[in-house]
Amino acid sequence: MRATVLIRPKPGILDPQGEAVQTSLRRLGFPVGDTRVGRVVDLELDNGEPEQAREELERMCRQLLANPLIESYEITVAE
Amino acid sequence: MTEPRPRIAVVVFPGSNDDRDAALAFERLGAEPVLVWHGDASLPDVAAVALPGGFSYGDYLRCGAIARFAPVMDAVQRFAAGGGLVLGICNGFQVLCEAGLLPGVLRPNATLSFVCRDVPLRVERTDTPFTARAERGQRLTIPVKHGEGCYFADEELLARLDANGQVALRYEDNPNGSVADIAGVVNETGNVFGLMPHPEHAVDPLLGSSDGALVLGSLVDAARERMLAAA
Repeated sequence: MRATVLIRPKPGILDPQGEAVQTSLRRLGFPVGDTRVGRVVDLELDNGEPEQAREELERMCRQLLANPLIESYEITVAE
Repeated sequence: MTEPRPRIAVVVFPGSNDDRDAALAFERLGAEPVLVWHGDASLPDVAAVALPGGFSYGDYLRCGAIARFAPVMDAVQRFAAGGGLVLGICNGFQVLCEAGLLPGVLRPNATLSFVCRDVPLRVERTDTPFTARAERGQRLTIPVKHGEGCYFADEELLARLDANGQVALRYEDNPNGSVADIAGVVNETGNVFGLMPHPEHAVDPLLGSSDGALVLGSLVDAARERMLAAA
């Protein structure tokens, strides 16, 4: 089964990358407001049980994929 | 009589690039550096451990995030838990934060630019094994060279750091957007220290400053004391 983890800088956390992207987009003529840049991790799991897979993904996020001090995460399991 | 040389481990990760400078600095300051490969499951008999600067494991995901799972890091965790002296410089600081040995996290510089220059620092604590040779309030000049040195702690953590006096070094001219100008922090028990500036690049007046010797020399003193106490 395939899963996607979306990692974002938490609200209120300074995101210089997002600011740089916003500035560039504006320079191109796109009137964008607040812009934030996160990270996507696509992965394949051997686990066939969605509930178990989700629980495993939670642990992956807490242990490695995200730093809870500054990042939030969102897990999507393709069933 | 020459003073005995304490052994100090310098961990080498794939992508470390200041390991030899750190080793050279320790040697000049009276220690015996021992390079330790990241794949080793144990530490040799040493009085202190240093994690050097560089780009361990390519700094993939987040700086230090992968390095903290290196086999040697279990041994470093145990060494620190037993009260052992652990120093992290730049990437080493990032690894210690990711490993939970130090509070907080290091993020991309607020300017998004890589900074590489001498910066003035203020010594906030001198009662640590890493700053004992300096004087409180002393101004040190030590170079930084990093793209991700913006120290972050949320308000709650920041209040705790202040209450415990864990901020040992602050920038006088903040080069990266770190909260509260934090350049270096110790853990609650004071045996683990991390800093973004590179003391190992400031141990010879020929390079512009020898203030880094105050930091590394403090560690050598403390390591020697521990070695003699254990003998």
